Amino acid sequence: MTPGARLVQVDGLVKHFPGARALLGLGRARRPVRAVDGVSFAIESGQTLGLVGESGCGKSTVGRSILRLIEPDAGRVTLDGVEVLALGPRELRALRRRMQIVFQDPYGSLNPRMTVYQTLAEPLAIHRLAAGPEVERRVRSLLEEVGLDPAFARAYPHELSGGQRQRVGIARALSVEPQFLVLDEPVSALDVSVQAQVLNLLAELQRKRRLTYLFIAHDLAVVKHIADHVAVMYLGKIVERASAAALYGAPRHPYTTSLLSAVPVPDPTAQRQRIVLQGDVPSPAAPPPGCPFHPRCPHPKKNDRCRTEPPALREVAPGQLAACHFAEEPM
Amino acid sequence: MTEPLLRVRDLKTYFVTEQGSGTARAVDGVSLDLFPGETLGLVGESGCGKTVTSLSILRLIPEPPGHIRPGSFIEFEGRNLLTLAPKELRAIRGNRIAMVFQEPMTSLNPVFTVGDQIAEAAIVHQGLSRNAARARAVEMLTLVGIPDPQERVDHYPHQMSGGMRQRVMIAMALVCHPKLLIADEPTTALDVTIQAQILELLDRLQRELGMAVMLITHDLGVVAGTADRVVVMYAGQVVEQAPTTTLFARPLHPYTEGLLASVPRLDTRVSQVRGRLHSIPGQVPAATAWPTGCRFHPRCPYAWDRCASEEPPLLDAPGGEAGAHTVRCWLLTEPQRRERRA
Repeated sequence: MTPGARLVQVDGLVKHFPGARALLGLGRARRPVRAVDGVSFAIESGQTLGLVGESGCGKSTVGRSILRLIEPDAGRVTLDGVEVLALGPRELRALRRRMQIVFQDPYGSLNPRMTVYQTLAEPLAIHRLAAGPEVERRVRSLLEEVGLDPAFARAYPHELSGGQRQRVGIARALSVEPQFLVLDEPVSALDVSVQAQVLNLLAELQRKRRLTYLFIAHDLAVVKHIADHVAVMYLGKIVERASAAALYGAPRHPYTTSLLSAVPVPDPTAQRQRIVLQGDVPSPAAPPPGCPFHPRCPHPKKNDRCRTEPPALREVAPGQLAACHFAEEPM
Repeated sequence: MTEPLLRVRDLKTYFVTEQGSGTARAVDGVSLDLFPGETLGLVGESGCGKTVTSLSILRLIPEPPGHIRPGSFIEFEGRNLLTLAPKELRAIRGNRIAMVFQEPMTSLNPVFTVGDQIAEAAIVHQGLSRNAARARAVEMLTLVGIPDPQERVDHYPHQMSGGMRQRVMIAMALVCHPKLLIADEPTTALDVTIQAQILELLDRLQRELGMAVMLITHDLGVVAGTADRVVVMYAGQVVEQAPTTTLFARPLHPYTEGLLASVPRLDTRVSQVRGRLHSIPGQVPAATAWPTGCRFHPRCPYAWDRCASEEPPLLDAPGGEAGAHTVRCWLLTEPQRRERRA
């Protein structure tokens, strides 16, 4: 496909989880959790979109819905022109070869009873990509590609460190030669020196294999390092979307501004104005009316309109979208 | 110069491992001072011994498999905590020294109200009546910024968010106005906007109550914003210790230098951050088999033969007062090797 073409396109993605049933059928059932509430974006081939937000904002649900590990309720997802949500089980399985996921927890996402070799050979067998001695050759080259000694093939997950396990997780995702990877908090469980190793590895693999990434994370500094474009989520919606340079350089949504100001910077002499947001993130089962961010919003111009009228995600500068009535007057 | 509030000398806390693979020397000769009213940042990666150091101070190390080696010394307000009888120790724990843990979800008792849990220490240590203790609990909830404290005092932990629970943990720790608060990764489990709230709260309470804080964290950003002085640990030892501004401006231990360079940063332009991050090769060795010589030498870009054979002591950095900035590295004796490499 041509460089710059949209490999992944997501339009109006919605996923509501049903509320818990009332106990013994008594009383009222709980309201549904609106985990993802109309999310749209596109990722160009070979690029990285960073999807950031705090716990419960719906960012992981977006990643999983795209791969249909969770079935979304509405919306459109296309991968290289293929309608992902319209596929039957068999076609979906074939498509999974082209899109894979790496999870946060390298402890929980590897089968403890399988050796590294078995973990990496299984997808090759499922997708009939290799047989016989070719399997061994492929496993060895995958391990080398993610920076592990081929001797690790005989190891079980418990014998590996966190960083090594995450490398195995990445190798497993790469084994079927996908075009698109969802990376769901791939470095959050790792120590900082190991985190840097894994981020470098991901950047290198992207260059070499021309991979397209959806990089889901809560750490804005990590995303700044790896993403070309960034989307910020709050309560199931994208509140700002822009190139990394625009989003970090001149954020338009007060939530983005606040998030950026809250990240501790490893420089004791930095003179920063920290905006400390009050209160907690509201429950996605009962989002506030109007702008969902209004109860915590520190914008000095906040008014009644914010409390009643939900702001649309609109272009406020070339290529920069924000869902705020006052995006033209950023904080 | 003021006397330290807490003086730790040559602390060694070892664990006998289950599979008989030897003794894990989790903390292996740690010395540090903490002065009244000061915030000391204790930083390092998983397994460096920072949490075991703090648990040893309160003697919360499970024995067996753990034990604090003879020769270790922990002095608080002039008394050696390691020789105190259990009863005397209980009078200090939760009263003079309090602790906040990382996991506000699991550190609170789910079957008691938060008010009962805050009041407990006041009843035990200060002999308050139930009513007086309840009033104190409401006062503490107000202090830590929980809205509707009169109502919240009767809530159970599951009715609260993570940030609220961490505030409750802090209220519990501070109910007896301790002189020393040990905070072990108090914001690691929290989202960044909630983390900012809790750091601000700790900062305010420290100023208002005049206590010393030992802040244990892996996050160099958190340390930079809150600590007066920093102790960096690696492989069970202190490898560098300095005032915060000095440490960030002029890190001298290659581990500190590597760690600072590995952090993805928000305060640089996008065009500058793209590209390779600095990373420290390899990984932290196992506590059952620390490398010989300098424990960092297998991962160190400057290491030479002396580093593999001879363990460096903590040396004074040039140009400062004795003890102000100390570094466990042979480079301090041969600084030209650093320049040659750079």
